[in-house]
Amino acid sequence: MRGSGGKHSVGGQSQDDEILGKAYDSKLMKRLLSFVKPYKKYVVIAIFMNVVVAALGPLRPYLTKIAIDDYIVNKNYDGLVTISAILFGTLIFQAVVQYFLTYYTQLMGQNIIYDLRVKLFAHVQKLALKYFDKTPIGRIVTRVTNDVESLNELFSSGIVMIFSDVFIIIWILIFMFLMEWQLTLVSLSVLPLLIYATFLFRKKVRESYRDVRFQLARLNSYMQEHIGGMSIIQLFSKEKKENKNFAEINDAHKVANINSIFYYAIFFPIVEILSSGAIALIIWYGGGDVINGTMTIGVLFAFIQYTEMFFRPIRDLSEKYNIMQTAMASSERVFKLLDNDTIIENPTTPITINNFKGNVDFKNVWFAYNNDDYVLKDISFSVNTGETVAIVGATGAGKSSIINLLNRFYDVNKGSIRVDGVDLRKISKEDLRNQISIVLQDIFLFSGTIASNISLGDSSITEEQIVKAAKTVGADNFISKLPPKYSAEVKEKGATLSVGQKQLISFARALIFNPQILILDEATSSVDTETEMLIQKAIEKLLKGRTSIVIAHRLSTIQNSNKIIVLHKGEIKEVGTHQQLLNKRGIYYKLYQLQYKEQEVK
Amino acid sequence: MKRLFTLNKYFRRNKGRLSLGILFILISDFTQVFIPLVLKDSIDALHANANKDLIIRYAIIIFALAVVSGFFRYMIRQTIIVVSRKIEFDLRQDFWTHLLKLSHRYFQNTSTGDIMAHATNDIAAVRMYVGPAVMYSIDTTIKFLIVITIMLSINATLTATILLPLPILSFFVYKLSKKIHKKFTLIQEKFSDITTMAQENFSGIRIIKSYVREAFEIETFAKESSEYRKRNMDKIKIQALFMPLLFLITGTSIILLILVGGNMVINNQLTLGDIAAFLFFLGMLIWPTIAFGWVANIIQQADASLKRLQKIYDEEIEIKESKETDNSIKEIDGTIKFENVSFKYGDELPEVLSKVNIEIPKGSTLAIVGHTGVGKTSLVNLISRLFDTTSGNVLIDGKNIKLIPLDVLRKNIGMVPQETFLFSETLEKNILYGVENLDDKLLLNRVAEISQLNKDVSQFADKYNTVLGERGITLSGGQKQRTSLARALAINPKILILDDSFSAVDTKTEEEILINLKEFMKDRTSIIISHRISTVKDADNIIVLDNGVIAEQGKHNELLELGGIYYDIHYKQLLEEELQREG
Repeated sequence: MRGSGGKHSVGGQSQDDEILGKAYDSKLMKRLLSFVKPYKKYVVIAIFMNVVVAALGPLRPYLTKIAIDDYIVNKNYDGLVTISAILFGTLIFQAVVQYFLTYYTQLMGQNIIYDLRVKLFAHVQKLALKYFDKTPIGRIVTRVTNDVESLNELFSSGIVMIFSDVFIIIWILIFMFLMEWQLTLVSLSVLPLLIYATFLFRKKVRESYRDVRFQLARLNSYMQEHIGGMSIIQLFSKEKKENKNFAEINDAHKVANINSIFYYAIFFPIVEILSSGAIALIIWYGGGDVINGTMTIGVLFAFIQYTEMFFRPIRDLSEKYNIMQTAMASSERVFKLLDNDTIIENPTTPITINNFKGNVDFKNVWFAYNNDDYVLKDISFSVNTGETVAIVGATGAGKSSIINLLNRFYDVNKGSIRVDGVDLRKISKEDLRNQISIVLQDIFLFSGTIASNISLGDSSITEEQIVKAAKTVGADNFISKLPPKYSAEVKEKGATLSVGQKQLISFARALIFNPQILILDEATSSVDTETEMLIQKAIEKLLKGRTSIVIAHRLSTIQNSNKIIVLHKGEIKEVGTHQQLLNKRGIYYKLYQLQYKEQEVK
Repeated sequence: MKRLFTLNKYFRRNKGRLSLGILFILISDFTQVFIPLVLKDSIDALHANANKDLIIRYAIIIFALAVVSGFFRYMIRQTIIVVSRKIEFDLRQDFWTHLLKLSHRYFQNTSTGDIMAHATNDIAAVRMYVGPAVMYSIDTTIKFLIVITIMLSINATLTATILLPLPILSFFVYKLSKKIHKKFTLIQEKFSDITTMAQENFSGIRIIKSYVREAFEIETFAKESSEYRKRNMDKIKIQALFMPLLFLITGTSIILLILVGGNMVINNQLTLGDIAAFLFFLGMLIWPTIAFGWVANIIQQADASLKRLQKIYDEEIEIKESKETDNSIKEIDGTIKFENVSFKYGDELPEVLSKVNIEIPKGSTLAIVGHTGVGKTSLVNLISRLFDTTSGNVLIDGKNIKLIPLDVLRKNIGMVPQETFLFSETLEKNILYGVENLDDKLLLNRVAEISQLNKDVSQFADKYNTVLGERGITLSGGQKQRTSLARALAINPKILILDDSFSAVDTKTEEEILINLKEFMKDRTSIIISHRISTVKDADNIIVLDNGVIAEQGKHNELLELGGIYYDIHYKQLLEEELQREG
């Protein structure tokens, strides 16, 4: 809560998404319309149907006029039946056309939204990790979900329905003028007032609604925050005070709502009064003509109905203005993401390595995430085919950066990385990554089944292969004990599985893609002895016969590796085998005491 | 539907305004109904070629009636809808008051999102019932009664004929909106699937890229989006029926009016004016007819929402005062004793603390060390009664803490929780959160100085008025912890609990704070949980918790000599420091 008196300024505090700009921006609109292009046919049909539907409504009062003047007044019952049948026919026809019109315009809108959403998602897949480092995930999600959604209204009702409203107005005017042009002008005299009232109402409602939304956001964020901090409230015995604070915010929300009621409360009666006013005018002016015999009662009937018909399209048109405004703001954000080009490009003519062997060579590699803040300094080392290299070091030594570079999630600042003697930047990313499997320390499981988490949805991987991989790493044991076995559901980030189980699944995942190079970031989390044994065995099988780089936390992995690299603050400090490094009594020796010695005892 | 009667107490509070609203509905409806009658007279007069003055008078009356009816229509919204907002306020306030009473356990087991969903959606659904639904049902009923009575008095046969289609409309509106509501729920579910998928994909982008699964992910996303599109279209298929059905049914009524009514005019049983009046009456009944079906749905939804809200109201308040609470206790001295205390988080869950016995004399410092998950936080949470013991007792000054009034207990305990929580307020408001006098600058400066926060604050442009959180600045982890410490000190507690409160504070600053605290804590009891030996080494008593039991206990030197867990932690920290200095 800001300000103890419950005061608040609305202007400066509205959220980013609240700022609405113009309702029309030709550049944005042009780009938006480019998404309509594939559905040109729909648009043409919809506009055609619109013209038809728009005419049918206004046609009926005209037919009513004929019914009254020609048949009722002249006492022609058969004619009355005929005209009623015609009326009913147009009614049915209008209903049918209206249904399909709504259906097809919505279908078009949904299709466009679908195209845009998938395109946007596909674009995000191309973006480099640098983008994800800098952008909150929630924001990207909002672009793909809510922002795209708010364009739906523009496509499904906005664009086509604007025509509809305009056509209805045009048709009504045509019929009215055809019947009696003077009376038309008389009854239209309330129109300027109506248009003015409508647009004023929209504007005021929009303003007051903004206040309502601001108050609602305030109310919600207060609740969200204080539910999160409930233990603090209770520990400091501040229940009464927070109840009072909440009452203040709750009250401001109530007042904002009550203020907005005013505009609705006044607008609808005014519309009613205006329409009654128009009717009074028609009777007043038209009445004289009827008495003089220059006009019929049927015309009066028709006009009374037309004045009622006029109001809806005008009200709708003012609403379209809002839709356009929101759509412009959303599309600007969506296009900004579509235009983002933080992409690690593939080389134009990538070199294909036949018979990938898996030699890795880091040569004087320098790397920084930001400017000159180097996390890797002059790193050189090589891993021969089939060898295992362990990288050890304290947190922040730069171990994960090595993984990031080898996978080409980022490009080096200086120096080069080669696989089989070819610079990474000369191979296509897909070719490179297909040869490399990584197992990250934070195991990421997707919602889906255990099988789909192992195969990552690759349909070329058979059920048998999945089971075989799971058996190899020793995961089959626990999986086959689950009632649905491999189709057991994995819930949110694998909450139902133990840490060890998740690790085994990620091992199976790495194995099934049968990579030439394996990168393993061993998990530090402690597991029970039995699982630990399973994991160690699984790692042995994983590493066998392939080039491996392991960020090692397990003594067994370190002892079995061909070479240990000790990374400290971005530099290679020591290289050698376990025994050599121990004898050196340097950094490795201390790390060993700190992190691995206990494992020996086990 | 019985549940909805529980809302009567809210209606009762606004009796006056509500009855006024109903009165306005009556007036507005009555005046409105006269308009077609005057229209009828004017058309009949025209047909009979009456003089122009009479016609003008009719025109003026029509306009005047519209103005009066319009004015009362305005008043209806200003009364009934306003009442609904007032009731919404009351509902939400009661909900919040109840939440404030619920125990720590409830908030640990319930996601904030769930509670928020109730606070927003369910209360909104109930408001739709108390406001618009009530207004429209009253309005609709009154209007129907008046209009139909008048219509019947003009011509019963015609009335029956042209009103025949209207119940069908009500029925369709009811059925269709129910279906649409269901389809809408399905759409929302899919939308949340899409959101989850996008969320997962973007969070797991590393795995997706490294296994080159982008194409598959796009395909899956496209599939989900396509399903979303399909569900939308399923809804649209039904929704698109709405408008056509509406004018098909009302149009049929009008055609019946022209056909049957016209025939009556031909046979001189009816005048043209009557037909005009009926045309208007029909127009008046269309909206109420729709409202009938619509209101029926709102009532059902409100009932379902009330059911969900009721569940929260029925939630047991676990930590509370009882009949035995001794309200004569106003002060606390600070001697704490754990007697055979065991604790578990649930009946089926394992014990977190087993038969723990500790004595902490007033004015002494107890330090608790141990690996993560051994029950350190659970132990201190029992003192401030965030949870109650499963068995055994916690005593303060020799009295069972359950006998001490809850706010006396908590106002005397300064707690610095492991997870720092600060409000999006100014620094000053955060620090003086537990204090009555919000302008106590002296106190503010004093506790900020002890917490070593003053130097940081002097760097901020707005000093203590700096706003934290989303709208303000983001404090570093250490600054947050020190603010949280200052907040606990500000209430001048008899007991201070520091639950791993220096984990993000650098060792040098920590040392300074500890020196400052020594002075402050002279006559107070303190409990310090820490991973750092340097923090706890000077405590009067150190206990090492391991799997819920006290494994080691004593002073720093004694524990080192023991060569157990404490010694091990100590040794590793020395090594770590050495490594940090390297390179």
